[in-house]
Amino acid sequence: MMVLITYDVSFEDPEGAKRLRRIAKCCQDYGQRVQYSVFECEITPAQWVKLKAALLDEYNPETDSLRFYQLGSKWQKKVEHHGAKAGFDLFRDPLII
Amino acid sequence: MRKLQNTLYITRQGCYLHKERETLVVECERKKLIQLPVHAIANIFCFGNVLVSPYLLGFCGENQVNLAFYSEYGKFLGRLQGRQSGNVLLRRAQYRISAEAPLDIARNIIAAKIQSARRVLQRRQRNHGAHEDVTIAIRQLNASLKKLQSADHIDQVRGIEGDAAAQYFAVFRYLLTDKTRQQFDFNGRNRRPPRDPINAMLSLLYSIVGKEISGALQGVGLDPQVGFLHADRPGRDSLAQDILEEFRAWWIDRMVISMLNRGQFADKDFIYAASGAVELKDDSRKALFQALQMRKQEKIQHPYLEEEVEIGLLPHIQAQLLARHLRGDLACYPPFLMR
Repeated sequence: MMVLITYDVSFEDPEGAKRLRRIAKCCQDYGQRVQYSVFECEITPAQWVKLKAALLDEYNPETDSLRFYQLGSKWQKKVEHHGAKAGFDLFRDPLII
Repeated sequence: MRKLQNTLYITRQGCYLHKERETLVVECERKKLIQLPVHAIANIFCFGNVLVSPYLLGFCGENQVNLAFYSEYGKFLGRLQGRQSGNVLLRRAQYRISAEAPLDIARNIIAAKIQSARRVLQRRQRNHGAHEDVTIAIRQLNASLKKLQSADHIDQVRGIEGDAAAQYFAVFRYLLTDKTRQQFDFNGRNRRPPRDPINAMLSLLYSIVGKEISGALQGVGLDPQVGFLHADRPGRDSLAQDILEEFRAWWIDRMVISMLNRGQFADKDFIYAASGAVELKDDSRKALFQALQMRKQEKIQHPYLEEEVEIGLLPHIQAQLLARHLRGDLACYPPFLMR
């Protein structure tokens, strides 16, 4: 399944930058960064449980926000990209370096 | 069925692969080229001078990521054998089934081969009008398929396969347009050495794709030398030849036919040796490889997985499906057959 994850982390307190970095790293473990605070993660339900738990562990519910959009398996039809930084499809695009 | 994961090919020289948390990082000259979650990757194929961090080696072993090393020019050198991959059991199963009960797998493969040959001929009839000889050949291939169902010995399967191949190649020349046939004719398959341009092109492509299949089999932990249809012979990758049967007509023969019919090759592209052998000139060989690379990047709907895959990944996919069957995860081996 494909989950779109977006977040806002408050910098009001000094710990904010640290939380931001940790949340980004968690997302990067399972997906790819499409914009600064936006990740696309194509994962199994089991992986999603882990990732969600890790994210909910890191964020501060008082000041930060996390949003998860479940795009399902037909996600390619629901996503349209314009402009720079067109992401690539981790599972399907040829990875030849 | 498990999700079809991607394969990472590292062909750039001097790359360094390492693991960062759950991601795989590829660096070259200390610049990060790509960073992706490891769970997206099933195979990593390194060509030439590619460095892999020991930690990533361990991770690949632990998580059944196939990590294989090739020379810069594609010769298989070695691969990492993981902890839980059960490779010895897989190979034992392969040896056991190859020795005791090769029939089912061989029959499946040959059924797919004959059907795909028949479909190539039928396609010709649809596009260019019926030709009497081709119609007869199609009918005979149908009969071969029927005979195959009741074949109960591997030698019978081999016999039916030989017959069907002869039928198919007897009318192969009618796949060429009249205009092409004036320039290149085809009078049956010959090899070692190929004695006409079409046989030269077929032989070269069969060999290249055959090597890719060998690599793919090795990549999933199978022994490419122990086959089901092809008997053991020193130096022959029999299992790779088995799997190649599924791809010959649909992939390679059709590619050669359409290139010739489009007029992409002419008489001057070939060297006619005094011995009767025909070879491709350097430039025409490059053109052929380029066409193969282009074809490999085309996507098709895999008839069994029902997923869109690049044609170039088919050898790896079939190797994985065969491994799954030998492990007992799949009741029978689904050979590749385009609908």
